[in-house]
Amino acid sequence: MANQTIIPVGPYHPLQEEPELFKLFCDGEIVKDIKWETGYNHRGIEKLSESKTFDQVFFLVERVCGICSTSHPFAFANAMEEICELEIPNRAKYIRSIIGELERIHSHLLWVGLAGHFLGYNTVFMWAWKYREPILDLFEMITGNRNSYAMFRIGGVRRDIPMDMIPEVRQKMDEFRPKLDLLTGAVTDDPVIHARIKGVGVLTRQDCIDFAAVGPTSRASGLNHDVRRDDPYAAYDMVDWKVITSPQGDVYAKAEVRLLEMYESISIILQCLEGMKKEPEGDTGIPLKNVPEGMGTGRAEAPRGEVFHCVFTDGGYTPVRHKIRAPSYVNIATFKKSCVGQTISDATISLAAVDPCYCCTERMSMAYDYHNGKKTLSGEELIRLSQQKTEEIRKTL
Amino acid sequence: MAFKDFIFKKSLWLFHFGGASCNNCDIEILDCLTPRYDVERFGMILVGSIRHADVLLVNGSINQKDKVRLLELYNQAPKPILVVAIGACGCTGGIFAQGNTFAGPVDKIIPVDAYIPGCPPKPEAILAGIVKLLNK
Amino acid sequence: MTDTQTMIKSARKKYSADILEVETKSDKRVTVTIKPSSLVTMAGYFFSELKFRFIIATALHTKQGMEIYYHFSNDPAGLILNLHVVLRGEKPEIESLTGLFEAANWIEREMHEILGINFLNHPNLEKLISEGNWAEGVYPYRKEFNK
Repeated sequence: MANQTIIPVGPYHPLQEEPELFKLFCDGEIVKDIKWETGYNHRGIEKLSESKTFDQVFFLVERVCGICSTSHPFAFANAMEEICELEIPNRAKYIRSIIGELERIHSHLLWVGLAGHFLGYNTVFMWAWKYREPILDLFEMITGNRNSYAMFRIGGVRRDIPMDMIPEVRQKMDEFRPKLDLLTGAVTDDPVIHARIKGVGVLTRQDCIDFAAVGPTSRASGLNHDVRRDDPYAAYDMVDWKVITSPQGDVYAKAEVRLLEMYESISIILQCLEGMKKEPEGDTGIPLKNVPEGMGTGRAEAPRGEVFHCVFTDGGYTPVRHKIRAPSYVNIATFKKSCVGQTISDATISLAAVDPCYCCTERMSMAYDYHNGKKTLSGEELIRLSQQKTEEIRKTL
Repeated sequence: MAFKDFIFKKSLWLFHFGGASCNNCDIEILDCLTPRYDVERFGMILVGSIRHADVLLVNGSINQKDKVRLLELYNQAPKPILVVAIGACGCTGGIFAQGNTFAGPVDKIIPVDAYIPGCPPKPEAILAGIVKLLNK
Repeated sequence: MTDTQTMIKSARKKYSADILEVETKSDKRVTVTIKPSSLVTMAGYFFSELKFRFIIATALHTKQGMEIYYHFSNDPAGLILNLHVVLRGEKPEIESLTGLFEAANWIEREMHEILGINFLNHPNLEKLISEGNWAEGVYPYRKEFNK
């Protein structure tokens, strides 16, 4: 099978150029093997954490990842509160859950937009990101920043959501729901999208167990686990919601799980706002005296799956060892099973369906010839192939 | 200087390089394309190849591996090119400056023409920074 | 007796020779310290028989030597069970768990890079994150202890 040579067409695409992440070894059209190279994003955060005081660590771990920025402080706070044996006030629990769920919504919307772009639906990309903006406005109103919120501290939250802000939060959620209906309808009703992503990038239940996959990636293969329900923290056991799963394991199932999770998030936020009305305003946390020696394991359900932090302390001011495991660390490895055997044009969407958190890991993919290892296609060419395939399918339907 | 003024007068094409970053800045740069900020109305687009670019946007605290790539990229870029360091990490290394793999903020590796601080800088700030650079 | 307590009791009975110590912080947080040579047996028991999910492994350097905590999760009960081993001596090494589940592959490579622990029978113990980032033979997470 000869190499495929594709002439790079200086394309417009809104994705970042990044060093090789995935090397797809292809025999003709089919992906035979994948190699992953990393290290480009390594910042030595676990080591840095050992030189920061516990309060400073919150600012550090927030910047592990920008998209799931709240989940890391969430898990770290859970770990520290386990060591210190603290029970935080209810209002703080509600506020933590609200921030966590708002983040889930904005992250899933971001994914819907990027998936739309990979498939060639640039309108979906533009609209999904447009509907993200009111959510980011809410963040700015509550926390002061669109992306890194600095809301957490050991013992509670740093800022309150005052009672007079609650109606506006509720209104923005109500305005958002019809837009979510529109996006969900766009994905679930379009026959071209069905043709593109149903049956593609399938990950079986057994593979998920073997690779220890978490989050929507594994829930879309039928695994029924969610940290918010299994090991409840914050306000998740004080409100009513359900875990979304789907048995097929393909890209469509992953998209469906993420879209339906956003509805649950809206419901959780509205219930938390109701619950907050009964809690005294300003009761945002309890003071911390000192951190004893011990080991704490804390976890939180990030938009991509379970975030796990393990902290060791020795009575001093800084952690002795701080282990951070982001969900993408285990999810990305599953590409060995879901992408091998697919055609090249399906490779980008299969990779994207795992929703790799770009800074828990990296970005690009490239294609190499399986027999002689020569590079054949670059990242944007792969995306272009994917978009072309959608066009072809659209013509036939 | 007349040549430089001439070629930068019309719409700019941007190329984005993300170093070891947390992605907040990357998302805010992409946000500039979305309907609310819509950088395309100024004729600016994000291109996929450095050889087509007029402006190189760099963000992220650069680690040893990225340093090699950044230098390679800068050498491939058609000169003159404007380099903009975005975010606290791009300007000074930010919170990761004491990390064990940190390879210096961007201006220690390639010459920088503008700094846009923030963690992350809002899209308005990014656009304002680029416009300010043009008017310099 | 809670489910966790029942589970610990039957594990202790079955593997009394391998388990050195059990610390039950709460019904949802248990740490079982085992002999390094029993790692594959115990991990196999929790993963394959009891169907726990592997979360990740944490390695750290303390005065006792290299300590590794393998974290497993029993999702229906919300339990985190940590399998704790202590590796003493100049050349810390332990059996790899990649034979049991693929998820151990990357984390063992990372622990090898940052602390220099050798994982026996690992399929490809090559660099994951350190290539170009720090020099060969340097283990950045090792510490100096005053005797």
